[in-house]
Amino acid sequence: MTQNELFLIVGMMLVTFLPRYVPMLIIGRVDLPERLFRALRYVPVAVLTAILVPEAFVRDGQFTLALDNAYLYASIASVIIAWRFNNLLLTIGGGLLFFFAWRLLLG
Amino acid sequence: MPEKSKISRTTEFVRGAKDTIPMMVGAAPFGTIFGAIAIGAGLTPSAVIGFSVFVFAGSAQFIAAKLFADGLGIALIIFTTFVVNLRHALYSASLGPYMKDFSQKWMLPLAFWLTDETYAVVINNYPTDAPYKRWYHLGSSVSMYVNWQLWTVIGLVAGSQLEGIAELGLDFALVVTFIGIVVPLLTTRPMLLSAVVAGVVSILARDIPNNGGLMVAAILGIATGVIAESLSPKPQPLEIPLDSMESDA
Repeated sequence: MTQNELFLIVGMMLVTFLPRYVPMLIIGRVDLPERLFRALRYVPVAVLTAILVPEAFVRDGQFTLALDNAYLYASIASVIIAWRFNNLLLTIGGGLLFFFAWRLLLG
Repeated sequence: MPEKSKISRTTEFVRGAKDTIPMMVGAAPFGTIFGAIAIGAGLTPSAVIGFSVFVFAGSAQFIAAKLFADGLGIALIIFTTFVVNLRHALYSASLGPYMKDFSQKWMLPLAFWLTDETYAVVINNYPTDAPYKRWYHLGSSVSMYVNWQLWTVIGLVAGSQLEGIAELGLDFALVVTFIGIVVPLLTTRPMLLSAVVAGVVSILARDIPNNGGLMVAAILGIATGVIAESLSPKPQPLEIPLDSMESDA
């Protein structure tokens, strides 16, 4: 393990543990604003979307809709599978299969 | 639930573990892919295991491995992890009323082991009249934890044995996993708007250094959702979208 990795793990450990621990510790002692809870509900959708969309549309720093961008077309297929079946494992399996098939044929 | 007279701490621990089995199956590919991606990203094997043992947060580990490979600074990776993990605060707050009498000996480890999956399992057990609920919670937590370590190691070994696994496009696994998490959450108009804004901004703002675009996009997406919800004619239910939540560690 390098020193950088050690810092990274310790830091990530802290910022992962605190949101898991502090709310259950203080709940019942402090009234948290409902607005905060409402905002937190959008965190997974907003963060994960902001991570995955550039992965699909941007390759090597360039926005691309080209057919050899398997990431984009497999993402579209995955959205359809997820929307239609609402099954996480099926989405992952189907999406990966589509991705590799697309790469084989068009990549 | 077994017959009342036969219920013990052990049987409740086992029942918690059993109820978590589907979640463990779901976490297996993530653990494997994390191990493989992290090795491919250039992390040392001990660091890969260190992530799973000490951080224990599937999506945050994925993202950290990817950002590390991109050469992002440590502080920014930690900050991104923090943001990605904020949703756990929601689970923690929701469990708080059930756990307020727990000693720190119980609360600290159960908090450390709190994942989307264990939350989904135990939140259905706490309101029942089952005894030894903390043992049930512990059973779910420990089984998820052991499972995650096992699959991390399997992925690590597979990743270091198979040449060029990083170029295979396994990183698409992360994209498709997130799609599988996000799409079922888009059940209300504010959620949909939040995702659209976050997605569009993430592309427009991608040239902000150090993945700053990610933060701008996420914050604008959250703000959009909150504003859209406050303008929405019928109030949105304030609930945690459980069954469709992320498959975390």
